[in-house]
Amino acid sequence: MNRRDILRRTAVAGALATPVAGLLTGCALGGGDDSDGGDNRAEKTAENPLGVKADAPLEVVIFNGGFGEEYAKAHEAMYAEKYPKAKITHSATQEINKTLQPRFVDGTPPDVINNSGAGQIDFNGLVSQGTLADLGELLDAPSLDDPSKKVRDTLLPGTVEVGSYNGKFLALNYTYTAYGIWYSTKLFTEKGWQYPKTWDEHIALCKQIKAAGIAPWTYAGKHPRYMSWPLLSTAIKFGGISVATAIDNLEPNAWKSDAMKAAADAWHQIVKDGYILAGSPGLDHKQSQTEWSQGKAALISCGSWLESEQKSVTPDGFNMSIAPTPSLGSSDKLPFEAIRGTAGEPFIVPAKAKNLAGGLEYFRIMLSKKGAQDFTRKVSSLPVVAGATDGVELPFGLTTVSKALEASGSNGFNWVYNTFYRKLERNLVDAACGEFFSGRIGPAEFLELCQKGADSIASDNSITKYKRAV
Amino acid sequence: MRHGKYPLIITFLLPPLLLYGIFVLSPYAQAFQISTTDWLGYSPDAKFLGLDNFTALWRDEYAWNAIKNNAILLLLLPVLTIGLGLFFSTMLTMGGRRGRAGVVGVRGSAFYQLVYFFPQVLSVVIIAYIWREMYHPNSGLLNGALAGLGLPTPAWLGDPRFAFWCVLAAMVWSNVGFYVVLFGAAMQSIPKDIYEAVMLDGASRWTTLFKVTIPLLWDTVQVAWIYLAIAALDGFILVQLMTDGGPNYSSDVIGLRMYNTAFGSETKFGYASAIGVVMFFLTLSVSVLALRAAKRDRIEYS
Repeated sequence: MNRRDILRRTAVAGALATPVAGLLTGCALGGGDDSDGGDNRAEKTAENPLGVKADAPLEVVIFNGGFGEEYAKAHEAMYAEKYPKAKITHSATQEINKTLQPRFVDGTPPDVINNSGAGQIDFNGLVSQGTLADLGELLDAPSLDDPSKKVRDTLLPGTVEVGSYNGKFLALNYTYTAYGIWYSTKLFTEKGWQYPKTWDEHIALCKQIKAAGIAPWTYAGKHPRYMSWPLLSTAIKFGGISVATAIDNLEPNAWKSDAMKAAADAWHQIVKDGYILAGSPGLDHKQSQTEWSQGKAALISCGSWLESEQKSVTPDGFNMSIAPTPSLGSSDKLPFEAIRGTAGEPFIVPAKAKNLAGGLEYFRIMLSKKGAQDFTRKVSSLPVVAGATDGVELPFGLTTVSKALEASGSNGFNWVYNTFYRKLERNLVDAACGEFFSGRIGPAEFLELCQKGADSIASDNSITKYKRAV
Repeated sequence: MRHGKYPLIITFLLPPLLLYGIFVLSPYAQAFQISTTDWLGYSPDAKFLGLDNFTALWRDEYAWNAIKNNAILLLLLPVLTIGLGLFFSTMLTMGGRRGRAGVVGVRGSAFYQLVYFFPQVLSVVIIAYIWREMYHPNSGLLNGALAGLGLPTPAWLGDPRFAFWCVLAAMVWSNVGFYVVLFGAAMQSIPKDIYEAVMLDGASRWTTLFKVTIPLLWDTVQVAWIYLAIAALDGFILVQLMTDGGPNYSSDVIGLRMYNTAFGSETKFGYASAIGVVMFFLTLSVSVLALRAAKRDRIEYS
């Protein structure tokens, strides 16, 4: 309310870009190039394959979101057990970007960063400026549990791909997330409904649900990109994985492929026939999920974090289940069971970390069976370590996630355009989905808008481009 | 006294000036410098681009769309807020005319004053959340009332036809209380005998308001105008929290463009600084224009 405040805010980009230490003469761009963590290493041995200096301090910064920070403290304790002489500094924040940006410029970033949440640092920015350490060394190091196995071989499929930029593995995504359609097993059993396997069954079911006085669908109207996930999944299952690679690689007219057209037409039907809860375009993700938990809508699109996010408002015995998107028809390239599974919750080690080897070693501990199981128990989420949840009792929803991923097996698919070009999904496709699922535009205009967004990224020279092979 | 003057002045003036220089002026200067580079914000490397960022900004349709919204705010926010503020404060300080010669507010004006001022003590973030729930399409107060009356219930913040106006309404609501109190205080300092004279001459309330009160309040209104004009060029917090510029950029403002460019879905600090520089000049020109346009001869009561 004070004029000076407001004026000052106009210069906020400049102000926030200034490290507090910067004096009048020193400027935001004048950070040092002198520090390099590379040589802070001990000799590599079989015991110590990454060459960790036993007394080198380790600094860890955790995103304090849905998972909290307790799991990280446990991992740090495991590190301390192995290297008792190392001083470990732990901090947690919701604003990773604002907290760490000056330290990247200054050349003094922490050793381990959990770069996640809404305040996540854009990966395109980090990668294109060469600020991330190559984690390839970690992949080839022996696993802590079984020295005859490499860390690489203990990871679930897709973990390496989703953290790789032009072939370099730069981000370790620690959780394994499935994206699908959720329903309440309790509601479906009570009403005698069956989760649909084909599109025709899906539409028939929607009709039935609507007749029962419940809205078949709801979605986060404020973050409508949640609905781009089932739409893209339908297209990929229909047309094969090349539909996704074309989009990721920003190929011309990738969004207007035949498979995308078929999927957009199909999904347009739930809008046309009024199968979406009235008012959904005005709800944010929490609000729409709450409507769903309260039984006002039967189906919702979300990732496997849904169960823990909804914990406080889900009625007892709701028993949420995840399911893949229905198949469009018999000519689908992927079976009904194929579901989008991907590694999420990225962890990074900055290239200029003082204790780079320690950061990698910390990851090796996270990826050990002990570290991974502890994580699952604390936050009820699946880690990317294969078989880590064996013998751990999972909540209902997560069990269905685990089963769905198993059934999907090698047919699982994913896309990465959203991590390559955050703006494309977060802003452009998001806005197009908002228009499409509220019924203001039709399928052709929707794909046109998405394509326009992708083209604007492709033609922007200031954005680094990435390619993926499969 | 005399010989100790300069050390005293220096002791008290220098530290604040120094702090002001470091934390206010230097970021400004740096924003100008950064706006001429392609700095991406996570390494010290940046390439000098000259005015490329500004030419790109000139062709940026999203920036223009945001500026258009700011322009609408600039036209409407001061008019609505000052209009309502004047109306309420008039009612509160001279709306009632119980005694013939007395100038008093409507019954319970002290209570109303408190109520109007209430949004002012809330953080803007809380205001944004309150209004988001008010506009909740299914369980919000607004649609609850509309449904009760049998009227259609739009998805307010989810509909590009309404989202911007909904935010504007919240903006006016959160601002009006401050100006009610400000104008009220100014009105109280107008000598009562002026009103008594006017009343004896038989002036109507409207004449009193437009011929006496507002001219005597002109200085205050002018200040209010400038504050609100600057607030209209900002609008960032409410927009970000209530709609995040959506749906489909319909409620976007230039401050949000800048934030998104630097911290949101891109990390283009050079480009964001260019937006900041443009905002700086826009705000500056608007304040200068407002000061010039609103200039009147000062009336002194004596």
